[in-house]
Amino acid sequence: MELTYTDAQRAFRDEVRSWMRDNVPATPLPSFDASREGFEAHRAWEAKLNEGRWGMVTWPDAYGGRGLDLIRWLIFEEEYYGARAPLRVNQNGIFLLGPTLMEFGTEQQKARYLPRMATGEEIWAQAWSEPQAGSDLAAVRAKARREGDEYVLSGHKIWSSRAVYADMAFGLFRTDPDSERHHGLSLILFPLDAPGVTRQAIHQINGEHGFAELFLDEVRVPAENILGAEGQGWKICMATAGFERGLMLRSPARYQVAVRALVALAQSRGDDLDPVLRARVAEAAMGAEAYALSIYSTASRLMAGGRIGAEASTNKIFWSELDIALHRTALDILGDRAELHPGASAAPDAGNWLDGYLFSLAGPIYAGTNEIQRNIIAERMLGMPRK
Amino acid sequence: MQFVITEEQQMMTDMVREFLAANCTTAELRALAETGKSHDAARWSAMVELGLPGALVGEEAGGLGLAPQDVIGLVTAAGAALLPEPLIETMGITLPALDQFGEAALLAQVMAGEAQVALSHPAAPFAEGADSADAILIFEVDRVLLCPAGSATITPQPGVDPLRRLFAVTPGPDAQILAEGEAARAATDHAQEIGALFAAAQMLGIAQRAIDISVAYAGERTQFGKPIGSYQALKHHLASAQVAVEFARPVLQAASAMAASTQDAYTRARISHAKYVCGRAAETTAQTAIQVHGGMGYSQEADVHFYIKRTLSLRNLWGTETLHRNRYAARLETLAIGPDTLFNQEG
Repeated sequence: MELTYTDAQRAFRDEVRSWMRDNVPATPLPSFDASREGFEAHRAWEAKLNEGRWGMVTWPDAYGGRGLDLIRWLIFEEEYYGARAPLRVNQNGIFLLGPTLMEFGTEQQKARYLPRMATGEEIWAQAWSEPQAGSDLAAVRAKARREGDEYVLSGHKIWSSRAVYADMAFGLFRTDPDSERHHGLSLILFPLDAPGVTRQAIHQINGEHGFAELFLDEVRVPAENILGAEGQGWKICMATAGFERGLMLRSPARYQVAVRALVALAQSRGDDLDPVLRARVAEAAMGAEAYALSIYSTASRLMAGGRIGAEASTNKIFWSELDIALHRTALDILGDRAELHPGASAAPDAGNWLDGYLFSLAGPIYAGTNEIQRNIIAERMLGMPRK
Repeated sequence: MQFVITEEQQMMTDMVREFLAANCTTAELRALAETGKSHDAARWSAMVELGLPGALVGEEAGGLGLAPQDVIGLVTAAGAALLPEPLIETMGITLPALDQFGEAALLAQVMAGEAQVALSHPAAPFAEGADSADAILIFEVDRVLLCPAGSATITPQPGVDPLRRLFAVTPGPDAQILAEGEAARAATDHAQEIGALFAAAQMLGIAQRAIDISVAYAGERTQFGKPIGSYQALKHHLASAQVAVEFARPVLQAASAMAASTQDAYTRARISHAKYVCGRAAETTAQTAIQVHGGMGYSQEADVHFYIKRTLSLRNLWGTETLHRNRYAARLETLAIGPDTLFNQEG
């Protein structure tokens, strides 16, 4: 183990830091889930990032990236969050579909989709879940029928993040009408403004509409929009889910920056801070640090030729539970003002803790519920009997 | 930045793990406990043969010249095996101290298996196996003493772990002062850091072993016509325990890589972090193991009681959980924080 950055890695950090200092908007952008205006402001930020070639630093140069390794990706993320840069409106694209395309897409698909993803020209939503297919994703019923050079899509998708304003979606469809469960499924890309697509916003716990229901009625897309072969959809989705639960979805820096704010909040209470709250601040900080160390260790292992397996499920449980504990601690420090919005005159230090807390409650649910993750850990990591 | 175990480090760990699997089974530990002793002479000789007690002593003094990160895997393996002989304290603290204070003759004797030195420290005051030691190394807050066994007064302090024979120690007139004042304080502090780091490693080993034996038991034991391990309630208990282990391990590894010098405040905070989370992981998993074993878990028929008992001692030795959490909290309040400080060290 050699836990020091090289001179080149330090120089890279300086380069990111200086670009962020010059370019990150001084006032936070309006939420991308609350209005078209906020969504478009974030799209403009993605374009700006891309101008600096910071859109997705691990991608090959040809697709708008810099071809950097995972340690530099972590350094980039640390500086990105450290600079309080805007959240990535295209995270479903760049962190989920992007890596999936690189592994399973054709050369034409990569050339067609990846550069536009990197610039924010096309912002992506995920269309997997259905009313009857949540944790039990293999119960998907939406159909794709092949007609000549086209697929015709029909069905009902739900909990589709960003779909209210996004441009494109990657959906899971049953291409073999006689198939059951995880057989006969395919991953197909479709425009959200295609004739036959109806989007209906769902109001989330925080009042925003971060996800939508999608009603697809005979939506026609070119047959070349299939990712991988017909019937390969389940396998590809599981690989995508691996990226989601593993390294890419939640940067450690996100929690480390939140901890920095939590410590500042705690210190603003001075000697009045209850020792139990001090202990909880320390535990939250330890959690963020442990997560970061774990991701550095995984990144090093992957760079040495390893692969990510079922242990990705432990990541997802850990960061989602950490996020709740961290925000709960902040709210408990705020005490009787925890329920107030940041605009309230009695809560000058409310910050984003309330919003962050509400958002953290979704963590154990999305990207595969923590119950499903625990089953995966028990059965695939520990080898416990399925039946 | 290379956060990976090297091939040599992995070989060392595997070698010791295989040795312990063959020579330190729980059946052997039960037999040893029956005799009223806590050390097995043949096993100690074999470990001496492998050069393990002198692993951290420089090659010029006859040791292996390794660093804490090179042995952290073997310490974890020793924890998992519940190794009762004082390899970890001897290797981590006693012999490096004898070397530092110029006790070359005694150092050579211990490395040759001809002598045993027990250990007492303010953070681990009761000397394990002091009744069979030739000398006792006593760290005090501002003195370090080496006391011949015959000159010390030792009083047995019976405890819960059948494989830890504990003694309160009062040094006698023949005790030799190895260090005083600042030098002694530095040595006592350093000993506590290494003690905490290696206690953390042993607890991580215990945690994983407690999960492994529980998974095996849950696969064999049937109720309602099915293995109990097929029930989701048990799966989720053990999955949660595994999560605790997964996020304690990298903290321990990072702490071991930084521990070549323990003066640095960032390093000390990381050691505290490792001690805290490895202790929590061991406690969680050992309790879960008892629950998974049901009635057997509350008996001495199954092995599981050994793990909770060893955890009880290791969690409180070399700084309690509260002490380490407070030390970590102080680090947050006094040193730089944020994502770019993850691998900071002073100087």
